[in-house]
Amino acid sequence: MISVGLVLPQQAHFSAPLVLKSGALLPGFDLVYETYGTLNAAKSNAILVCHALSGHHHVAGYYADQNDSIGWWDNIIGPGRPLDTDRFFIVGVNNLGGCHGSTGPASVNPATGKHWGADFPVVTVEDWVATQARLADALGIDAWAAVIGGSLGGMQALQWTLSFPERVRHSLVIAAAAKLSAENIAFNEIARQAILSDPDFHGGNYYAHGVRPLNGLRLARMLGHITYLSDDQMAEKFGRRQRPGAGSYSFEVEFEIESYLRYQGDKFAGLFDANTYLRMTRALDYFDPALAYDGQLAAALAPAQASFLVIAFSTDWRFAPFRSREIVHALVHNGQSVAYAESNCAHGHDSFLMDDAYYHAVVAAYLQRITL
Amino acid sequence: MHTVERADFDLIASWVKPNERVLDLGCGDGSLLKRLIEERGAFGYGIEREEAGVLAAIAQGINVIQGDLEQGLAGFDDGTFNHVVLSRTLQTVRHTERLLTEMLRVGREAVVSFPNFAYWKNRVAVMNGRMPVSEDLPYEWFNTPNLRFFTLLDFEALCAKMQLVIRERQVLDEAGRLVVAGPNFLGSLAVYRLGR
Repeated sequence: MISVGLVLPQQAHFSAPLVLKSGALLPGFDLVYETYGTLNAAKSNAILVCHALSGHHHVAGYYADQNDSIGWWDNIIGPGRPLDTDRFFIVGVNNLGGCHGSTGPASVNPATGKHWGADFPVVTVEDWVATQARLADALGIDAWAAVIGGSLGGMQALQWTLSFPERVRHSLVIAAAAKLSAENIAFNEIARQAILSDPDFHGGNYYAHGVRPLNGLRLARMLGHITYLSDDQMAEKFGRRQRPGAGSYSFEVEFEIESYLRYQGDKFAGLFDANTYLRMTRALDYFDPALAYDGQLAAALAPAQASFLVIAFSTDWRFAPFRSREIVHALVHNGQSVAYAESNCAHGHDSFLMDDAYYHAVVAAYLQRITL
Repeated sequence: MHTVERADFDLIASWVKPNERVLDLGCGDGSLLKRLIEERGAFGYGIEREEAGVLAAIAQGINVIQGDLEQGLAGFDDGTFNHVVLSRTLQTVRHTERLLTEMLRVGREAVVSFPNFAYWKNRVAVMNGRMPVSEDLPYEWFNTPNLRFFTLLDFEALCAKMQLVIRERQVLDEAGRLVVAGPNFLGSLAVYRLGR
């Protein structure tokens, strides 16, 4: 089993205005995307991969001119891998509001000639699905064989079946939930406050000041990272291990876990845009398809025509398995097709990105049964 | 798959009508559900704890839900299913009464099959001083997943205590043939339809 190898990002421009769920109007937008495998003549073998909070369109393969540029979900995509590029045509897209090439807060607003900054609207999961549907139109894909995603990506895979029931045959919802809990929103709020209270944030218009709220973004990522891991895994990976020179009664890095979090925070802050982070977390908070149905998830999911595969991880406390089972039980209530698997992968919420044998075997077995 | 298992499935399949909703508890690789779907036109879900079973069921296109029956059926709504099936599994369950109660909460009918410990060959084995090993009790005492050893009479006494209605009972011998006379002596496997 090998990687898809060298890949190239592509860009699509959409000139028709887009009304967002918030009521805001975008005059037009760009989406950057990548594809792997070959679209068959019937255009029936396309799989859309939706990304989570910090993801993007570069899902698999690597770039010729960059070392260390392996796609974020490369381990599941390729010839003979669960998302088998010998069978399927796989599309990865950077979501609207992102910071990896699609139109977002760091893009130039054509109306002003300046960075959108604070003026870039808050986007929702429903908005992302609407823009992804325009990309599907541009690629000539009437219906996805499957839409797949983990975490916030899983929410998109679920929303697809509600926004466009006839355009999704299978939905793979991994390490996700039908809505955030108060605790989930609380973590997001702290992450946002870290950014909003950074003196370099300048109300979201930091581009004009030639600075970035790196410290706030770094704190947001450090916090997020804790919630993606499991307690056991942290104990195993870091325990109370100390750095050389520890025990100096100072507030320098003394424990390995501190070093790890600072490294992850620094790395992320150097690559990611704070305005995008704010919007991604807000999209998570707002996602709640049952809201319009008096909180009845089964009623909300009733329009879906897709078959579902729901996967959760027993060590994931950010989106614990019982959150996935809520989706499963709502689908069972409706008599809709659903399979549910629960993996013991030790990596907490991040398990969905790991090469866990059982988890990958479940995805492979499920996709095998899709007729093209 | 051996003949007796098919005989067990034959009976269960004969009780399921087209478009009925079935929940198969401990569904393994989904073979029974696949049969009910293909032959009887039923719509079904299975619950399975083991990874190998879940994987095989998914590969067969079965709506399998990974979970542990000992946790009950929380999350499944009342009266969702026409039949809730527990094939050759009741003897492995710790919370017997709770599971039977749950089956008849989420389903209108419970279909339960289990090995009869009072089958004459089992009695002979115990008379000869050894725990029985047979077609329907195929384990040694040290590796059996079975926690409960009970007979038709024991089960029916529990049903009476729990006020469960026995709608139908079929008893099979080791070869999968129907047993009419002396079922608690001549029957190796019992299959019941229960209601409220």
